[in-house]
Amino acid sequence: MRKAKSGRKIERLKKTAFLFLFLVCGFFGFKSSCFAQATASSELIGRAKYYDGKTVTFEGEIIGDIMVRGSKAWVNINDGSNAIGVLVDSRLLNSRLLTGSYTAKGSWVSVSGVFSRACPEHGGDLDIHAQSLAVIHDGSAVPERIDLQKSGYALTAMLAAGAVWLALFLWKPEKARKK
Amino acid sequence: MIIKPTGTDIKNIGYYLGKILLGFGLTMFIPIGLGIVLQEFNPVLDFSCTIGIIFFTGFLLTRFCFTGQDLNWMQGMIVVALAWLVAMVLGALPLFLSGHWKSFLDACFESMSGLATTGLTLVQDLDHLSYTHNLWRHLIMFLGGQGIVIVALSFFVKGHSGAFKMYVGEARDEKILPNVVHTSRFIWLVSIVYLVLGTISFGVTGIINGMRPFNAFFHGVCIFMTAFDTGGFAPQSQNILYYHCPLFEIIIIVMMVLGAINFRLHYHIWNGNRKEIVKNIETSVFFFTILITFLITALGLQELKTYSDGRMLFQKGFFQLISGHTGTGFMTIYAPQFNAEWSNLALVGVIIAMSLGGAVCSTTGAIKMLRIGVVFKALKEDIKRIILPERAIVVQKFHHIKEVFVEDKTARSALMITLMYLLLYALGALVGMLCGYPFLSSLFESTSAAANVGLSCGITTPAMPVVLKITYIIQMWAGRLEFMAVFTLIGFFVAVVRGKR
Repeated sequence: MRKAKSGRKIERLKKTAFLFLFLVCGFFGFKSSCFAQATASSELIGRAKYYDGKTVTFEGEIIGDIMVRGSKAWVNINDGSNAIGVLVDSRLLNSRLLTGSYTAKGSWVSVSGVFSRACPEHGGDLDIHAQSLAVIHDGSAVPERIDLQKSGYALTAMLAAGAVWLALFLWKPEKARKK
Repeated sequence: MIIKPTGTDIKNIGYYLGKILLGFGLTMFIPIGLGIVLQEFNPVLDFSCTIGIIFFTGFLLTRFCFTGQDLNWMQGMIVVALAWLVAMVLGALPLFLSGHWKSFLDACFESMSGLATTGLTLVQDLDHLSYTHNLWRHLIMFLGGQGIVIVALSFFVKGHSGAFKMYVGEARDEKILPNVVHTSRFIWLVSIVYLVLGTISFGVTGIINGMRPFNAFFHGVCIFMTAFDTGGFAPQSQNILYYHCPLFEIIIIVMMVLGAINFRLHYHIWNGNRKEIVKNIETSVFFFTILITFLITALGLQELKTYSDGRMLFQKGFFQLISGHTGTGFMTIYAPQFNAEWSNLALVGVIIAMSLGGAVCSTTGAIKMLRIGVVFKALKEDIKRIILPERAIVVQKFHHIKEVFVEDKTARSALMITLMYLLLYALGALVGMLCGYPFLSSLFESTSAAANVGLSCGITTPAMPVVLKITYIIQMWAGRLEFMAVFTLIGFFVAVVRGKR
């Protein structure tokens, strides 16, 4: 009797452990399919042949201009190492997107699309034709704070140059000698 | 016996160096003006610091080194060689202060690369650089392409023989007009006319392709300056790939070719003598070498089949090749792709094209078409001498504005410079290999630096060894000045140490 009871307990424990493992694996599998890991630009450029024609996820900051051309638009995305041109459907763009420049930190986006090492549609360019675009962080303006130390150096240098010019303008040794 | 330089030598050199410095300093008001308009105040401060230092030094030099004497050949050459080094340091100062260069050496590298119209870059986070600093990067290419001495000659130096000596020292041995100052002004006139036309073309193309109007024209002026002066810097980190526009690439090719043409030829074309384009030895050699090197490159690209159709192969292969041949260095591929996607044969095609360069008295670097033509004519003459009977008189001539006979002196000079360039390419490649890079990559990057091209196969990064950075700076400087001014400067320092009165 006892043996039969303990056998049932072990059986129940096994089932619970299996269910737990199933749930854990399922959760992480679901998570990874929803948020595919982004591939770095250096990896895409360095191993372009491997990634050619594959669907990749690429993350980075939008820089420069968003160049709308009809129903499509070119967006250049920089992940910190390199910038790669991404062709997106214009409908995927929204007014929230900010492009990175001296005065702004651009929107950080994740795009998923087909990578080409030499795109036949675009004259052999290395590019990504995106199927989706998601904003991860919004961009923001970077206000310029005037560097006071630099101001001091600039003022000193300009004053020194001005003083030398004035001194040389007033000091005419040839004329003095003639007199 | 080596004669020690006198105080007058040093004072005369100092005086003209001061004048060139003042001219160089004045050009910094252009980025300052833009910075004020765009309210980029920290960049304006970077340039204000530098201008103060330049004017302070320039005023002192022109005041205390005045001798009233004309420059002799040695002094003229030294002024030029020194002016380029001083301009490199002072041009690097605002760049370094921006914080986008890892060290002052990196900023000096960028400055020399700009002035010598090379285009190799060590900038970090270019996509967030201010318009003010970005304009300066391109402007120094424009100034360097014309020649920084030309800037001073045009505005500060009155026409006398000393001016001609500096003009020659800056690797421009052809006078377009009898007076060297008028020649300098003509070079500026040609450049300004093309600047207006080029900027409008690029600007309008940019707007049509979806760029913001201000950005389109800013990029237009920057790209024109570096295309016509065969430089290779671009306002964004992707270089020309940023634009995703074949029309943009076509306009760039036109501008690069215009920049690679002799200014003397421009003068004749402007005066209606269009036949000169066909007759001139430089244009025919240029056409022939483009054909040969493109054939080699195309065969190489076909090996790995990176580009699946002929149109793509032509678009990518021809653009990189013409960019290398004209000494520009614009790229529509990423630097690592040269090694990963291009075969060795294709790289050899581009290396040969880079090593040849464009016309003399143009904005390109490298051996140059006239010298290649002269060397081949001299070789042909020698072969004919062997084949024909001994009594036969063998004469070779070529057309370069007028009919010119190939004399031994001309052939020797062309061969000497060719040999010096080949040695310079080899020296850089050797240093590259000593730093652990493969042979072909080292040769590629070294040729690119010494021939003032700017194409990179990935060696030039802020992380590369310091010794390689210094080697490339020397190569860019010596290659741009075509050696004579550099050798004279070395001789001058030897004379200072070992010379006798």
